[in-house]
Amino acid sequence: MSAPFQIDFGPRRTPVVGIDLGTTNSLVAFMDLTGPAVIPGDDGDRLVPSVVHHGRSGEITVGNPARRLLITEPERTVYSVKRLMGRGVADVREELRLFPFRIAAGSESVIRLELGGRTLTPPEISASILRQLRKNAEAFLGEPVSQAVVTVPAYFNDAQRQATKDAGRIAGLEVLRLVNEPTAAALAYGLDKRKDGIVAVYDLGGGTFDISILKLHEGIFEVLATNGDTHLGGDDIDNLLLRIALEDIASEWGEDVSGDGVAVQLLRRAVVAAKERLSFVPVATIDLEYKGRVYQRELARPQFERLIVDIVDRTLGPCRHCLKDAQVAVEQIDEVVLVGGSTRIPLVRQAVENLFRARPHTELNPEEVVALGAAVQAGILMGAVEDKLLLDVTPLSLGIETMGGVVSKLIHRNSTIPASATEVFTTAVDGQRNVLIHVLQGERELVKDCRSLARFDLKDIEPLPAGMPRIEVRFLIDANGILSVTARDQRTGTEQSVEVKPSYGLTDEQVEAMIRESYERAEEDIRERQTREARVEADRILGAVEKARLHDAWLELSDEEHGAVELALNELLMVYHSTDHLLIRAHIEKLNQATLKLAEVMMSGAVRSALKGTKL
Amino acid sequence: MSAPDYYWFLGLERKLDLDLEDLERRFYNLSRRLHPDRFARATATEQQAALENTAILNDAYRALRDPVSRAEYFLKAHGLELGEQESRKTPPELLEEVFELNMVLDEFRQGGAAARPQLEQAHRHLAALREEADAQLGRLFNEYDHAPDGKLLAAIRGLLNRRRYIRNLEAQVERELANVGALPD
Repeated sequence: MSAPFQIDFGPRRTPVVGIDLGTTNSLVAFMDLTGPAVIPGDDGDRLVPSVVHHGRSGEITVGNPARRLLITEPERTVYSVKRLMGRGVADVREELRLFPFRIAAGSESVIRLELGGRTLTPPEISASILRQLRKNAEAFLGEPVSQAVVTVPAYFNDAQRQATKDAGRIAGLEVLRLVNEPTAAALAYGLDKRKDGIVAVYDLGGGTFDISILKLHEGIFEVLATNGDTHLGGDDIDNLLLRIALEDIASEWGEDVSGDGVAVQLLRRAVVAAKERLSFVPVATIDLEYKGRVYQRELARPQFERLIVDIVDRTLGPCRHCLKDAQVAVEQIDEVVLVGGSTRIPLVRQAVENLFRARPHTELNPEEVVALGAAVQAGILMGAVEDKLLLDVTPLSLGIETMGGVVSKLIHRNSTIPASATEVFTTAVDGQRNVLIHVLQGERELVKDCRSLARFDLKDIEPLPAGMPRIEVRFLIDANGILSVTARDQRTGTEQSVEVKPSYGLTDEQVEAMIRESYERAEEDIRERQTREARVEADRILGAVEKARLHDAWLELSDEEHGAVELALNELLMVYHSTDHLLIRAHIEKLNQATLKLAEVMMSGAVRSALKGTKL
Repeated sequence: MSAPDYYWFLGLERKLDLDLEDLERRFYNLSRRLHPDRFARATATEQQAALENTAILNDAYRALRDPVSRAEYFLKAHGLELGEQESRKTPPELLEEVFELNMVLDEFRQGGAAARPQLEQAHRHLAALREEADAQLGRLFNEYDHAPDGKLLAAIRGLLNRRRYIRNLEAQVERELANVGALPD
């Protein structure tokens, strides 16, 4: 359908939003004319807690309401799912002890959570959060949103990145770019305006820790090095306090409540509240009232700091490694940026100040800064921000398994991405048809100490004597930090087929199936969305016609033609609030037809006046 | 699909001694033009081209920015591969030092915290040897750029093997020094 009035509006461009998909909270932001801005939910809250609840009749609740349900129905509610993204059950055994989630069988390469009678993978649960954020953005912006920039911890590996992209696909969002959280934060601060220099970004969130060192030069944000720990964050502090409180209660009440989901959730909430208060006051109380009994424990800041000092210290090693990899001395750091709710803790700030010998930036809300940066990156991709460019790196070395279980590195960590490497493979036996390439990520020498990424099977190799085939394999890490592999037969120059078997995560087919399923479940969602899209379309044409009626061309039409336009216009206004998107669309088309003549006259008028203005 | 010549890609003369500031400027300028972020709403073909071009640009910058990897790339382009084996052989002039270093390492590993200053001393010495090799490499680069000669390339190759050998030793000592667990309790 071609709308004749598009000439008034220019090409239609849907907004790209920036999303911070966090362990504890998630946010969506967009690029306003004045700069990046966070979009609040319908409850007015800018943070959407990353909590998902599956109700008895299949309804899905996300955010603050789900957080409340965590207390009453913990077995139907999931939180901190980001910690499980791109992981197998063996990776998270330790933390699962503290999570009340039930794990289904077959969770070796993808964790499957049992939730209210359904079995769900982390990308599906994250997709529910993304869907909520999209809904918030669409309601706020008044137009459909289908593309996003999503942030990930810089230290996320390939599988964790892929899982995040999968979540987007399941939610019906095209993830245009995955951006590393610390890099996004640097963008949000717009530090490039001040001067060229070296910036360290210290990002301690709910579940992950990242440190990145960047060089800024005339709008280019070049990441020199990054390091981190994908298993370190505020959650660890919560779990530590929770464990202590549970022990306390066991000795005070003579009863172990650690098996009681509701009690544990209430207590978790109490320790988190106390932790957060301790950033502002010297003493806080952990308060729990449960089944008529009361537990109270005062916690003073020095005592709190003694408890968490080990956790805070664990961030320092990655910082030192990062400095070394960036080949930057502490004295060369011009600015330090703090990101993540956990950097509100005074002890954390102190540790950062001591290490970098610089007072860190805290002007922007540490919980919002990543989402704001994602919105800036969205602006870059939309072409709205032209003076900035991010050059990020891959956090982990990429290698292949060679003889004796040794890893041979192909692309080293902290290489600027996109990055590639080429390697030639051959056969070991006469007539061999397949070659299996095992790709790993990590810094250690041996296969058993690195993380298996995938096995790539070179198939249908021409049967030749051993060592004769020469298959050139290209490993390419894209701007999202995700690997792809292509292969070519050097002798014939033809493309060699490669079958990918990811070690962790979902296959393409599995993701497709989830998209279909989510559509079925979210049929109502889709109808709502289609209606909203139709209304947006109606708004555009209604506005254009309104404007055209003030145009000289309007006077050139006959009364009959005027009548037809008015009729179509009124009819569209009458069906505007209907929930039937097809009905709205039909009347849009009718108005379109009725205004064809008007558009023609306007166009030729525009041509005439344009010609008048030019000297021939 | 074979990668184009990195010098050509960056518009550089084929020299061993490069002006790093000039190299960085070229890298930034090309990044601004080629990066996939500039093509987010272009056709799939253009996006793929942006990805491929930027990967080559980044690979090229990475290879040429560092003098050692630059020399390796240059030698490879001239058909002179660095042999893994070559750099494992102990250079004759270092035999005595390596022998002493191994003794200190043994002592340190067996819990001799007293050997730590000696090991640190050895580490400083290795760093000095590496820096000396780097300086020598710079001189050879210069010489070659003025009067290209196959013999000079062979000398550079020998020096790179020696440097790699020293660097491996240095890294080994660093690992030992960082390994606090090696100290007796």
